[in-house]
Amino acid sequence: MATTVKYADVEVGTELPAQTFPVTRATLVQYAGASGDFNPIHWNEKFAVEVGLPDVIAHGMFTMAEAIRVVTDWTGDPAAVVEYGVRFTKPVVVPNDDKGAEIEVSAKVAAKLDDNRVRVDLLATSAGQKVLGMSRAVVQLV
Amino acid sequence: MALDQSFVGRTYPPTAPYEVGREKIREFAEAVGDTNPAYVDREAAQALGHADVIAPPTFVFAITFKAAGEVVHDPELGLDYSRVVHGDQKFAYTRPVRAGDRLSVTSTIEGIKSLAGNDIVDVRGEVHDEAGEHVVTAWTKLVSRAAEEA
Repeated sequence: MATTVKYADVEVGTELPAQTFPVTRATLVQYAGASGDFNPIHWNEKFAVEVGLPDVIAHGMFTMAEAIRVVTDWTGDPAAVVEYGVRFTKPVVVPNDDKGAEIEVSAKVAAKLDDNRVRVDLLATSAGQKVLGMSRAVVQLV
Repeated sequence: MALDQSFVGRTYPPTAPYEVGREKIREFAEAVGDTNPAYVDREAAQALGHADVIAPPTFVFAITFKAAGEVVHDPELGLDYSRVVHGDQKFAYTRPVRAGDRLSVTSTIEGIKSLAGNDIVDVRGEVHDEAGEHVVTAWTKLVSRAAEEA
């Protein structure tokens, strides 16, 4: 673990640089292949509607993977993340157009813990809806 | 029908090892658009103190979810998998997953609840490397939604 972010330099309320992540149908096809999750709700509109969804939705694990980038981009070393958990509250709906959807992620230091660790609380929204709940990471700083 | 509570605490045998490939890590990092060099460049990973390229934090889910699938597809448990959605996901890492790892998952059913007709199953997956060292623990909450009234 070789992050350069210093525990002494952060305080409760320190904000990490927020980011916006685009997601299109092409993104979902690529993620399905990379992750091995071929559930048709992530690529087949007819199927998604039949099971009661408004449209094709992003993999929850895709959203989870994007959200933590705000933390790993901040620390440089992804291994600084020692715990990471989320609740999947609302789906990210991905329309079949050129624009798709956007996932907006902000994060801030919520608590300073022992052993130079901090808890970072993440906020992920799409189309104005909170898509992850209880989204938290414990991060090892130096 | 409510699921059998006697399954709580049941542990399934460790899975056959999954060998983590560097190109699979690259493919995953590209799919999530993450350009962190630690995922693709061995020297960059080594500069951070890692033996080889490491995987993004959520990469391991593909392995633990497959292992959890053996649990939720257990016909004795009787979960309606066609109605399952992912509720919560959490990871606790001892070290990052890296290229060349051979990882085995031991899944345990931590909890079974029925809430308003929804069946909720909590599965803990303990991931160990070939030397038997702990790498990461994954907690997965799966919710089998109540069937609509006919």
